[in-house]
Amino acid sequence: MLAYVLRRLAGAVAVLWAAFTVSYLILYLLPSDPVAIMLDQGAGGERVDPERVAELRERYGFDQGPLQQYVTLLGRTLTGDLGTSISSGAPVSGLIADAFPETAKLAGLALALALVAGVGIALLASWTRAAWLRDLLLALPPLGVAVPGFWVGLVLLHLFSFTWFVFPAVGNEGFASLVLPTVTLAIGLAAVVAQVLSQGLREAWRAPYVETAFAKGSGRARVLGAHVVRNGSLPTVTVLGVLVGNLLGGTVVVETVFSRQGFGRLVENAVTTQDIPVVQGLVVVAAAVFVLTSLLVDLVHPLLDPRVLAGAHGRTGGGAR
Amino acid sequence: MTLTTRPGTGATTTGPVDPAPSGGPLRVRGLRVAYGDREVVHGVDLDVRPGEVVALVGESGSGKSTTAHALIGLLPDGGRVTAGEVTLGEGPTPLTGLLPDAWRRVRGVRVGFVPQDPGTALDPVVRVGEQVAEALVVHGTPRRAARERAVEILAEVGLDRPRERARQYPHQLSGGMRQRVLVGIAMACEPELVIADEPTSALDVTVQRRVLDLLADLTGRAGTAVLLITHDLAVAADRADRVVVLKDGVVVEEGPAARVLGAPEHPYTRELVAAVPGRNNVPSASAPDAGPEPGAPDDTAPSGAGAVAGTATGTAVARTDPGTDPGPGATPALLEVRGLVKEFRLDRRERLRAVDDVSFAVPRGSAFALVGESGSGKSTTARLVLGLERPDAGAVELDGAPVGADRATRRRTQLVHQDPYSSLDPRFTVAAVVEEPLRAHRVGDRAERRERVAQLLQQVHLSPDLARRRPAELSGGQRQRVAIARALALDPELLVLDEPTSALDVSVQARVLELLARLRAERGLTYLFISHDLGVVRQVADHVGVMSDGRLVETGPVGRVFDHPAHPYTAELIAAIPGARTAAQHPDRKDLT
Amino acid sequence: MTRGLALLRTRPAALVALVIVVLVLAWALVPGLFTGQDPITGVPADKLQAPGAAHWFGTDHLGRDLFSRTVHGTSLSVRAALLAIGVALVAGSGVGLLAGFLGGPVDDALMRATDVLLAIPGLLLSLAVVTALGFGTVKVAIAVGVASVATFARVMRSQVLRVRHATYVEAARLAGAGRGAVLLRHVLPNAAGPVLALAAVELGAVILAVSALSFLGYGATPPTPEWGSLVAEGRDYLAVAWWYSTLPGLVIALFVLAVGVLGRALTRETRTDR
Repeated sequence: MLAYVLRRLAGAVAVLWAAFTVSYLILYLLPSDPVAIMLDQGAGGERVDPERVAELRERYGFDQGPLQQYVTLLGRTLTGDLGTSISSGAPVSGLIADAFPETAKLAGLALALALVAGVGIALLASWTRAAWLRDLLLALPPLGVAVPGFWVGLVLLHLFSFTWFVFPAVGNEGFASLVLPTVTLAIGLAAVVAQVLSQGLREAWRAPYVETAFAKGSGRARVLGAHVVRNGSLPTVTVLGVLVGNLLGGTVVVETVFSRQGFGRLVENAVTTQDIPVVQGLVVVAAAVFVLTSLLVDLVHPLLDPRVLAGAHGRTGGGAR
Repeated sequence: MTLTTRPGTGATTTGPVDPAPSGGPLRVRGLRVAYGDREVVHGVDLDVRPGEVVALVGESGSGKSTTAHALIGLLPDGGRVTAGEVTLGEGPTPLTGLLPDAWRRVRGVRVGFVPQDPGTALDPVVRVGEQVAEALVVHGTPRRAARERAVEILAEVGLDRPRERARQYPHQLSGGMRQRVLVGIAMACEPELVIADEPTSALDVTVQRRVLDLLADLTGRAGTAVLLITHDLAVAADRADRVVVLKDGVVVEEGPAARVLGAPEHPYTRELVAAVPGRNNVPSASAPDAGPEPGAPDDTAPSGAGAVAGTATGTAVARTDPGTDPGPGATPALLEVRGLVKEFRLDRRERLRAVDDVSFAVPRGSAFALVGESGSGKSTTARLVLGLERPDAGAVELDGAPVGADRATRRRTQLVHQDPYSSLDPRFTVAAVVEEPLRAHRVGDRAERRERVAQLLQQVHLSPDLARRRPAELSGGQRQRVAIARALALDPELLVLDEPTSALDVSVQARVLELLARLRAERGLTYLFISHDLGVVRQVADHVGVMSDGRLVETGPVGRVFDHPAHPYTAELIAAIPGARTAAQHPDRKDLT
Repeated sequence: MTRGLALLRTRPAALVALVIVVLVLAWALVPGLFTGQDPITGVPADKLQAPGAAHWFGTDHLGRDLFSRTVHGTSLSVRAALLAIGVALVAGSGVGLLAGFLGGPVDDALMRATDVLLAIPGLLLSLAVVTALGFGTVKVAIAVGVASVATFARVMRSQVLRVRHATYVEAARLAGAGRGAVLLRHVLPNAAGPVLALAAVELGAVILAVSALSFLGYGATPPTPEWGSLVAEGRDYLAVAWWYSTLPGLVIALFVLAVGVLGRALTRETRTDR
């Protein structure tokens, strides 16, 4: 067990380091010149002072070779310093720390709502013997996956803020302002949870051990509760890390639609101003959230599936995106 | 724990007895089952009296498993009982038409069920003891008492350290242990009837024997009625008082086991019985060293098991110890295997010696069989011979040259795989499959190859019309013939046959074995035959090597090894083969056909 | 082919989905056939008109016909989605094929790399690429494609491994077929089906991602019509013109739904082929 935990920990650290490296490769080594991009943004199209170019190059370390640059950046990141924003000059870690609590609230609520709705749909569809109800319930997830999040947000805004005046349209003030963004963010996630879980439950129902349980004289409720749910939920548990990562990605759109401050809005601003240090910091933080969630899942997984420790199962965290 | 502990069974039942009694715990009348609009069971009648074992036998698709599932109300989705009545015991309520709630009070309590595959029939994420206890809890036993009783049950089904086992998960138990747990679950509430659906077909033969002994012991002591579903006539012969033969959803014959299997009346039963490969307790049909040249192919009647056995085992080779004692008229060894060792890494520290110092020689034109249970190393040995794996030590020589050195020697050895469903590329046509070796070795031009493919298909008795079909459109037997044709395309000298018939129904198996025997005779092929089925081995091989835990524990002529095993493991293996009971009653099986 | 037709007959949902997909693809190819109105220059007097017989989807703040803009925007959105899928399919399948077929350390290295790509949420990965490449529909398409590479690599690799260890491939090797012949004649054809089915299923997700990025303003530059940016433009008129964002968004949702239904039908088909 200890060896298993240590192995997972080491894996998590390695993935985090690699995520940093990938974001570095994308942001700093692609052909576009970061300093040119920065100055274009800052100067608003005026001619730029060559002295300022040199100064910026030095400040961000672009005068160094790629490898040296990478090592410098990595060293700084390890001490918790993610650099400074180009557009505002503020430290990136401070920006993220300020933005994170609002987004954590939103994402946490959305995750809870999505799990309740997704698990509810899947369980009810698995439980019911009425074909029409099952068909209706199973038609929902494909629908939820297909609707664009930004569009759902706008439709909800139109209905609940501009037509019925139930919830505020924008801002971070109070619980009421969280309702529509939470629903918007949760729909896609709930659909994925419902899809993966109902697929897992469907397969579990077909497993021979279900027949064994029925042959013992167990009723449907008991078979579902004691065997089908435990086995059928394993695939959902393993994709939870990816789902939480996607949730964070989803906040970019949702916070933009509802004009909320937070992680997603920070991303949107940083990309729009091509603020490279901020974008990299955000990517690394998002990867860290994914890695932490996956680590938690990995640590809980052996309790749900004893075969994991025996090495009978593959690694977790992959699969659907 | 033998069958004789049970009253009213065993070899004492000879000759026809009364027709099925009118009463008894299980009474099935006119049972019809359909999937959607397709009826698969057409009016089956069945009776099982208390303390009686009835075997329901049939090939795949006969409806035997569907019948079993209908009897406990567990048909898969889309399946339903359309007509007929099932009653159990004195109770006037028929089982047919029970509501789910009422079924719950029947299953487990009055009818126990032993499923087919112990690998998947236990929930992988629930402790074993908990799964046994569940059978008691659902019928009202308090949880704590049920857990205690579960440990006792595990002890009763013969698990060592039952208290510890109860806390383990299924993947920590062997297949045989898991099947014992399933027997324990079925018997937990001491039901009136146990339905066992192919309970041991996934197990090795020695394990199979022990599990069937256990089932017989427990049900015998409790006077339980047993309905045993099986495709294996030998198991039915050994274990059942009465046999019901099912074909295409219709009962074609039923009666006392000894009568039905000893003197079958219906042509289909006769065909089935005839198709069962050679039996071990029959004094060897052909003395190993007395056989003439293999019989001409056409003198084997299509359904003559005895005759096939006679041709297949009669070859002019007689050596008790390969490599040292070339018999009269024997050619020098074509295949020579010396001191073969193969290890696999299990993890950082542990290594598994899959093949451990194995040596044998196969003379040209003979058939050498490697037998053993799963994990014995027989398949790995075959892969080493084929050059698919590299040995860690030892040598494989074909005609004195090391195997796999170059393409030219490699084409002299070909393989027929176990599973004809996976050994053919689903996207290839039959013609393309057979042509592939010719293309790869650039044999002839397109027209010549097409001609050769047609010849090969003809040789394996496949209609030329099949050449353009794809594997999915063929039956299992046809697919295996295609695989054989492909193996023959390059005119190999040695054919490695890895369980070539174990995925096939018994009547299909008989025809494929017949084809293999004829091809060997016609083409002077040498066979290395891998099998767990000693009956098949007896039929096709001249010499046999018995493998256990990677070691070759005994080799010799088939007749000598089977009739007078020298190694205790061989003796155990042979004793475990089902079919001893009828064979003992019918010393000469040739008169059956 | 006949089996495909039979499938459509037994599954009415697949038939409806096919009609929708074909219709939208026709919009992309010959938009002029479906609407005669100009998507770029509008009639200011007609601005912000509700949907009606003259303007099925209503008009926007410049008096342009929104149905026409949606139909004309289809081409750009669909082409971007196809480009993204193409990037993901080619790069991902290449990586997966190499990893699965070569095995050993190559496999390890490539699979660790895809693990990392999976660790970064898809949308953020795309945004990072957009930050580096700059804005525009083609760059957005490439960015979205990059985010899907890992998924394709994994599926292709697992398919290649499945086929490579299949008994029929061993049989082919024993028959004397070389590595190249095995790869071309057995592995690729048998692995391709599920990967192409994945492409069909992923197409929906890619359309959503492309329109999300252009909704955020990283895609097409105005006045060029494009699905995501149409919805974004309507955002400012949400209180007064519900149709502006709603109807183009509905088209996106319907098309993605239809593509999903067809993709799943295709996946089922390739599964039964095994």
